[in-house]
Amino acid sequence: MKALMSGNEAIARGAYEYGVTFASGYPGTPSTEIIESFAGNDGVYAEWSPNEKVALEVAIGGALAGTRALAVMKHVGVNVAADPLFTVSYTGTNGGLVIITADDPSLHSSQNEQDNRNYARFAKIPMLEPSDSQEAKDFIKLAFQISEEFDTPVFLRSTTRVSHSKSVVSLEEPVEAVDRTAIRHDPDKFVMVPAKARIRRVEVEKRMARLSDFAETFPENRMEVNSPDVGIITAGMPYNYVKDVFPGYSYLKLGMVYPLPVKLIRAFAAKVKKIYVVEELDPFLEDQIRALGIEVCGKDLFPYTGEFDPGVVEKSVTETDPDSLSASLPAIPQRPPNLCPGCPHRGLFYVLGKLDTFVTGDIGCYTLSFMKPLEGIDSTICMGASVGMAHGMSKALKEKGKGKVVGVIGDSTFVHSGITPLLNMAYNKGSAVIVICDNSTTAMTGMQDHPATGYTLQGEATKKLDFEKLGHVLGIDSVRVIDPFNIKQTRSVMKEELAKDSPSLVISKAPCALAQAKTRKKVVPFRIDPHKCTGCKLCIGLGCPPISWKKFEDLPHMEIEKKTKKQEGIAVIDAALCNGCGLCAQLCASGAIEEVTNNG
Amino acid sequence: MDNSVTSILLVGVGGQGIIRASDILSVALMNAGYDVKKSEVHGMAQRGGCVSSHVRFGKKVYSPLSKKGDVDILISFEKMETLRYLDYPKKDGTVIINNEEIYPPAVNLGEAPYPADVDEYVKQHFSDVKIIDASEIALQNGDHRMANTIMLAVLSSYLDLTMDTWDAVFRSTFKEKAALKNLDVFHRVRKDVEERRA
Repeated sequence: MKALMSGNEAIARGAYEYGVTFASGYPGTPSTEIIESFAGNDGVYAEWSPNEKVALEVAIGGALAGTRALAVMKHVGVNVAADPLFTVSYTGTNGGLVIITADDPSLHSSQNEQDNRNYARFAKIPMLEPSDSQEAKDFIKLAFQISEEFDTPVFLRSTTRVSHSKSVVSLEEPVEAVDRTAIRHDPDKFVMVPAKARIRRVEVEKRMARLSDFAETFPENRMEVNSPDVGIITAGMPYNYVKDVFPGYSYLKLGMVYPLPVKLIRAFAAKVKKIYVVEELDPFLEDQIRALGIEVCGKDLFPYTGEFDPGVVEKSVTETDPDSLSASLPAIPQRPPNLCPGCPHRGLFYVLGKLDTFVTGDIGCYTLSFMKPLEGIDSTICMGASVGMAHGMSKALKEKGKGKVVGVIGDSTFVHSGITPLLNMAYNKGSAVIVICDNSTTAMTGMQDHPATGYTLQGEATKKLDFEKLGHVLGIDSVRVIDPFNIKQTRSVMKEELAKDSPSLVISKAPCALAQAKTRKKVVPFRIDPHKCTGCKLCIGLGCPPISWKKFEDLPHMEIEKKTKKQEGIAVIDAALCNGCGLCAQLCASGAIEEVTNNG
Repeated sequence: MDNSVTSILLVGVGGQGIIRASDILSVALMNAGYDVKKSEVHGMAQRGGCVSSHVRFGKKVYSPLSKKGDVDILISFEKMETLRYLDYPKKDGTVIINNEEIYPPAVNLGEAPYPADVDEYVKQHFSDVKIIDASEIALQNGDHRMANTIMLAVLSSYLDLTMDTWDAVFRSTFKEKAALKNLDVFHRVRKDVEERRA
């Protein structure tokens, strides 16, 4: 049977077909759907862990018990999980252990575009890289086979284009999952004190040597010999781009990008006159191939940054720029993503943007409020950074920073890595104000549960973390809860907390607009009375998608009396988009914004 | 079936049902026996940003992404977004535009005008341009969310897929009531397009 599947769905399906019943991860684009899709299978255990480090440790525990375990994360998540990663490479595993890193060339949904193939070399862990959904499904099985045969964790690397492209996949019947779990004591292998780790360190090198031999005959490292003039060495999605524009060239397609098949590469090089190494981001293959003394073209022609497409490949190889319309296209306004209508973050960041503060931000939907007109965030580095950075800034600024430093972090992000820095701020007597933007979900990645929502990934009710109690336990004396849809309250509480010399925790609590949409029966939108609107543009400052500004000359069919001499137009609300949150009505000084009633 | 690959690019604004439409299209093509690849970027799509979805089909497809100047049909769900991707269609390619304007933030804020005369500009560069009031027709049929079905119906007149194939994919995508509602609009729009062409 055939199905059209995304790379992510195919990875989940492949794992299920191979009898994998254990997976852990933390949501992160472009990896999220792997665990979500896997969790729906019968008889599997799958969890959202609070962060990637925990997720990997959970998977290591599962593998140590003898099950086949899958740990899933986006590229930057591997940074968080790097600590256990480098040492599980020494211990090996009992059951198979596969770590999925979903990289994001072009930073479609990320803060950087790091090339995680470097982790394979750095941590001495083999890495497979599929180029489409069928391969994604096949390679996850191969990854588990290699893991079990060589007693090693294995990386499967995807990129956004593999994870989020759909292509045709042949489905197979799942094998019956066999229970291989047992308690097995083996301190020589699993207690990594220096004396034991030194011995395992040598084993790692022996294993890598065996894996290098294996790579030479691994069928997914394959040659396609066509033209003797030009040979392409490539892996993953870029293979498709080159095949698309240069079908006649010869190819060495590497299914395993680490360790490399040195003899196979030499044999390929002997068959062609000129070699191009085609890879996105770092010259990972190129540097290693050059080190073999083989002359190749690579990053001298191809970009270091951004993802490729067939056009980029063609342009780089032919060193030409085919004429296109691009240059002559009229200028059109950008369309950046925006906070949804009715988003609870809007009220909070409207207030923060107007206060004279530096706001350290974090990773989540609310990061979007750095843009005009809210301009409520001044920094974003990584998950959890806002809390430590706010503390560090206020310590460094001393008196100059008094009442001026705020850290904001989402609920899921706070659980991910905001708790220890908050503890640190209490312990080291900081004075910044930390705001948890608590919308009770992991919104940006598509509404995943986490330890403060009260539900597990597989839908069971569970313990729900209480942020207020946690704040007190960590040593924060002043913990306040605000409703971000109440602008007056939000402003006054923020001012009160900023005035204090001790650290504060403010919990800005209101459900995500997307979650509201699922539970609420009817939305009552707001409208602006054109005869009351004074054209002051206060409501426009919310940056709410349904609210737009119209000049009088663009409204020829309406007879509107000017309220002031200078008035040039009015604000208008698109009722079809309005979510009825009423923030704009709170701002309107002339009472022009009201709920749409049946007779209105 | 020859070795050529046909490329379709669906573009518009997050929330317009573009990814759903490209899923329906791709499954229909797969069921008709083609190799199909499609690609778009998720994540930010729900937040009102630009969305583009590439669909490519033929006997064997490698790249899920098309290159500029090589798209057979550009189908734009929002008027201004057509311009953002106008370097993708082939010189003799087709451009299908939903006559709906969704203002981006800069236009809402009064900082930039919404581009004027989009239709004229597109027609200057391409000979086969179709402008459809898909959102308007959807609203008249009682559900603005069906605009993507209407766009698919127009697109379908350019593709060699049977009505049975379309019927089957709508039935497998939607629950029965919604499938019938969508198919009803789909058939009427398709008929209308064909009558106008004849």
